[in-house]
Amino acid sequence: MKIRVRGLSRTFVAQGRETPALLDVDLEVAAHEFVCLLGPSGCGKSTLLNIVAGFLRPTAGEVRVDERPVTGPGADRGVVFQEYVLFPWLTVVGNVEFGLRLKGAPAAERRGIVARYLELVGLAAHAEKYPVQLSGGMKQRVAIARALANSPEIILMDEPFGALDAQTREVLQDELGRIQRVEHKTVLFVTHSIREAVYLADRVIVMTSAPGRIKQVFTIKLPEVRDRFAPEFTHYESEITRVVKEEVAKVHE
Amino acid sequence: MFLSSVPEMMEWGLRGASRSRRDALRWRLASLAVFLALWSVAGGLVELTKPFNPLFLPAPWVVIGALLDLARKGQLWVHVAATLERVAVGFSAGAVLALALGLLAGQVRAVRNVVEPVVELLRPIPPLAMLPLFIVWVGIGEGSKVGFITYATFFPMFVTTVHGVAQIDGRLLRAAQSLGARPRHLFFRVILPAALPDVLTGLRLGVALSFFVIVISEFVGAENGLGYLINDGRNFFLVPQMLGAALLLGLLGYAGNGLVRVLERRVLRWQHPR
Repeated sequence: MKIRVRGLSRTFVAQGRETPALLDVDLEVAAHEFVCLLGPSGCGKSTLLNIVAGFLRPTAGEVRVDERPVTGPGADRGVVFQEYVLFPWLTVVGNVEFGLRLKGAPAAERRGIVARYLELVGLAAHAEKYPVQLSGGMKQRVAIARALANSPEIILMDEPFGALDAQTREVLQDELGRIQRVEHKTVLFVTHSIREAVYLADRVIVMTSAPGRIKQVFTIKLPEVRDRFAPEFTHYESEITRVVKEEVAKVHE
Repeated sequence: MFLSSVPEMMEWGLRGASRSRRDALRWRLASLAVFLALWSVAGGLVELTKPFNPLFLPAPWVVIGALLDLARKGQLWVHVAATLERVAVGFSAGAVLALALGLLAGQVRAVRNVVEPVVELLRPIPPLAMLPLFIVWVGIGEGSKVGFITYATFFPMFVTTVHGVAQIDGRLLRAAQSLGARPRHLFFRVILPAALPDVLTGLRLGVALSFFVIVISEFVGAENGLGYLINDGRNFFLVPQMLGAALLLGLLGYAGNGLVRVLERRVLRWQHPR
């Protein structure tokens, strides 16, 4: 297993009260698998991702990557954030080659890799622009290229398309699907969009509302290139919607 | 001939600028010209009708004449150089100290907790109130003048640097760490560039403050410098010399500010590219 999560719990302390965000989560992600974490807001799916990324420490349990315990963030797990989080003082090229420069990759190698990934995300024409000059969708493409250029085996994505408008969102989903067919990364992808999850994932993991636990796992047996209007697609969609609705209803009780 | 050539010179200076910028600059230059004209008229009227001793309000050409006179005697440059040297040394020392301590305090909570209370205690004291103490401690020579600038400029530069480091978006640090950044990478590649806008604001405040406090310290026990020229002018009732030195100080401060602005525009181009 590429990622192994065992007995993971995390409790936050706010105003002297302990609130459990995650409770006893077990999860395994195989190499090259695309797994979506799905659930209502506040179900702890981002907490889980942040623990796998090494940004947060679990209260109990552990995360192993390639059987080695995770103790902090590292270049083996690339992260794509919802709010892009580009380095505003660097150009598009500067952002994409950030990790390569840290590794001390020679200039010629960097140039080749950066060109390849800018091509892949369709931003070759904007290489010398600064983040302030880019739209939200373009910024997120840069963030994806930045993560990929560093060649991690794992990519963690925290609602990466959540801040985009519906059209841009679908375009980027198409692109991410296409990129994954080329790159074959191990992806853990947090979203609250059921359509997005069914469109992208090999497996969809539905989580319960607070505290977050795994409620149900759906293995999506659809062809690699998916049609959002195919009957099988909508079947998965309605199936998962029913399960998620139970959880959303609980939040409002 | 003079009046007709001024608009032409303005046109020449403004070639290539955008229309709104040209309009704004035109008004600004006109405002300066009107100010100089009013000053000239007032000075000329006082000279002609002598309602009081014309020495009190010399016309602009008298002030410029006094400066040219000093320049001809070879004295002007000595005074300008003395002031510039004190400002350069004192400001640089203040900047190095403030940046080093500020960058450290911004990152390390413990350092911040130790340094900040002392800074917050001393900062509200007008620096000029400390000048006599500096003279008592360091003496009346160069040391107290340079040291005083260092002391005065330290505070704004330290405070802005700490703020610059402390307000860094933690997600930028996370992003860098996920790309493989180690602590030293974080400092040079994330913390420093992210804090730079605030640091440069601090430098600008520091430059302005340098020219502010140097004058007063040159009033006391100096043998040269523009502040000395002003005080000397007071003793000997040389109003044109006082005004001339003050104008020069204004120009130097303006140029210093301009230098930092040029630096800002170069290194912060990412904020307003093209």
